Amino acid sequence: MDIKDIIKPENQVYKKTKLMTDNELSYCPGCGHGTTHRLMMEVVEEMGIADKTIGVAPVGCSVLAYDFMNVDMQQAAHGRAPALATAMNRLMPDKYVFTYQGDGDLAAIGTAETIHACNRGENIVIVFINNGIYGMTGGQMAPTTLPGMRSSTSPYGREISTMGSPIKMTELISNLPGVYSVSRHAVHSPKYVRKTKKAIRKAFEDTRLKKGLCFIEVVSNCNSGWKMTPRDSNVWLEENMLPFYELGDIKVEGKLIQK
Amino acid sequence: MAKIRGAIVVDTEKCKGCEVCIPACPTDVIGMSKEVNGKGYHFAYMENPEACTGCSNCAIVCPDGVISVFRVKLDN
Amino acid sequence: MAELKLMKGNEAFAEAAIRAGADGYFGYPITPQSEVIEYLMAEQPENRTGMVVVQAESEVAAINMVYGGAGCGKKVLTSSSSPGISLKLEGISYLAGAELPAVILNVVRGGPGLGTIQPSQADYNQAVKGGGHGDYQLYVLAPASVQEMADFVGDAFDIAFKYRAPVLILSDGLIGQMMEKVYLKDQVPRWTDEQIHEMHSDWATYGRKDGRERNIITSLDLKSEKMEERVHRLQAKYKRMEEEDLRFEEIQTEDADYIIVAYGSSARIAQKTVELARAKGHKVGILRPITLFPFPKKRLMEMTKQVKGILSVELNMGQMVDDVRLAVEHKIPVEHFGRTGGIIHTPEEILEALEAKIIKG
Repeated sequence: MDIKDIIKPENQVYKKTKLMTDNELSYCPGCGHGTTHRLMMEVVEEMGIADKTIGVAPVGCSVLAYDFMNVDMQQAAHGRAPALATAMNRLMPDKYVFTYQGDGDLAAIGTAETIHACNRGENIVIVFINNGIYGMTGGQMAPTTLPGMRSSTSPYGREISTMGSPIKMTELISNLPGVYSVSRHAVHSPKYVRKTKKAIRKAFEDTRLKKGLCFIEVVSNCNSGWKMTPRDSNVWLEENMLPFYELGDIKVEGKLIQK
Repeated sequence: MAKIRGAIVVDTEKCKGCEVCIPACPTDVIGMSKEVNGKGYHFAYMENPEACTGCSNCAIVCPDGVISVFRVKLDN
Repeated sequence: MAELKLMKGNEAFAEAAIRAGADGYFGYPITPQSEVIEYLMAEQPENRTGMVVVQAESEVAAINMVYGGAGCGKKVLTSSSSPGISLKLEGISYLAGAELPAVILNVVRGGPGLGTIQPSQADYNQAVKGGGHGDYQLYVLAPASVQEMADFVGDAFDIAFKYRAPVLILSDGLIGQMMEKVYLKDQVPRWTDEQIHEMHSDWATYGRKDGRERNIITSLDLKSEKMEERVHRLQAKYKRMEEEDLRFEEIQTEDADYIIVAYGSSARIAQKTVELARAKGHKVGILRPITLFPFPKKRLMEMTKQVKGILSVELNMGQMVDDVRLAVEHKIPVEHFGRTGGIIHTPEEILEALEAKIIKG
């Protein structure tokens, strides 16, 4: 069979969702942001809720998420996205509200906003992209940078005695009663992508239960910050990030998973 | 038994040559072009098109969503 | 038929917010304005109008909640006092840059730093000259009575939505804490979803209803040409505010040889000073700016033809006096008088200063 016989509209099984705009992504080649954006927009399209969804973009590489996600969006000051989302949730409880935040946004400057939105149990989805580094500003150390990991502000490797240990924000907030579900995922290979999409879908659906906040962490690469090729960064991620930031469910339907 | 044949179409101008699709493919279909696109990136293409089953692994892992997938069931 | 009550300034503000059809209040306790959130929590406006009241984890969180709500086309407000307003300045700059309508109350206390809980007017520069970063300006209303604390809420929302800009109500601990008669307006119904869609579908983020294009609320413009455009757009608003929404009051200025320029508590106290001065034979009047931005520059310049000197009275070390001097372009002497640190000047002290610095000077 000729390829041009295969490539016909009736044979199409996958194409990028309409809810990603045509704008070229400003992210580096291979960056997990693009993949995660797309999964979220696929979920919104499949659920038919584009007219009821509002997203909050952070400060960080994904500050421009609103250029790529074709839903109403607000750009928040650094770390403040959960506060914006709180107001949206309280003022428009029938809408689907999500925040999309990086590790500096959620676990450094925004720690208070993250914890308190979780504590109040706002019916929103928080998507937390953890790549253990500050991408946008040029590769500085993040609260989630691994011990010994080099960055532009830990050029000799993260030293726990002066810089503290990496924070597992996800485990921290999962203890709060206001949080309904917590899980950690990845998007660098197909098997993880499929699981992540399922988790995102469930999170959006579960906000309708009004039982609390749904939190998804995506452990992602940052090949620019880590100074590797995209393929090498995904290998490094599997070998270094995933043993520390374990994938899987942490809290399901309001109950912590016992390990 | 029906054979499945697949094919991908890559938006070569939007591909950033990250190569993350290559290890994602279970049948080693994808290679990187020798030419570069308008941005100077080598782009992904079907180096071994006969091996493609249209599984969509490459498309779902692509950070820029540049891959469209087609699949046809052949009755022999 | 307006309802007459005896109320504390802070409480009148809170009640007026409910009646003005506010959708949400987000705040944090700080003296001397905690009564605002306490009154709202006790009133449970969710049962009266559906208005939401949230105690945030900080002033920072509260102003960002305001940003989120304002971006959806909702009438939202917050309140704080000096140190808390400092915390909000980032959010205020973002509100201005993203062109969002919101109302912020500052019940000023003595500063700098943790300062004192007693009244002051030392946040004039913070309110009028920016405070937050970047090329922006706040529309600033300065109430001088419990009645104005109530009336200005509705006025502030009107201005905020007319211009899509944040409005600051610059009160002080005296006005916030004192009790006076106040006529409360009838309830203005909160906007329905349909009304918001009709009025604000070109900018507000309430969901892409009816498949419209997505709306984006942002203050970011990485391309400098776009940023300059944005700033010019903001400046055009401020110019229009000056042309259309300037407010000030004159008390006994028709025959005045000297005037006191004062706002808020200082203006109230100065009324007694005018009485005392006139009893001594001095023809003194008051020009009370009601909006601090826009500032009554034209009127002040006009007055230089009539008046021999101006005393700017403010509970601080001299902030508004600079704007008075700029307005009169040094045509007549302008001096400042003010107690600070939470001490409130007396009418007699003001008269002494007027005599020493302006009348005999």
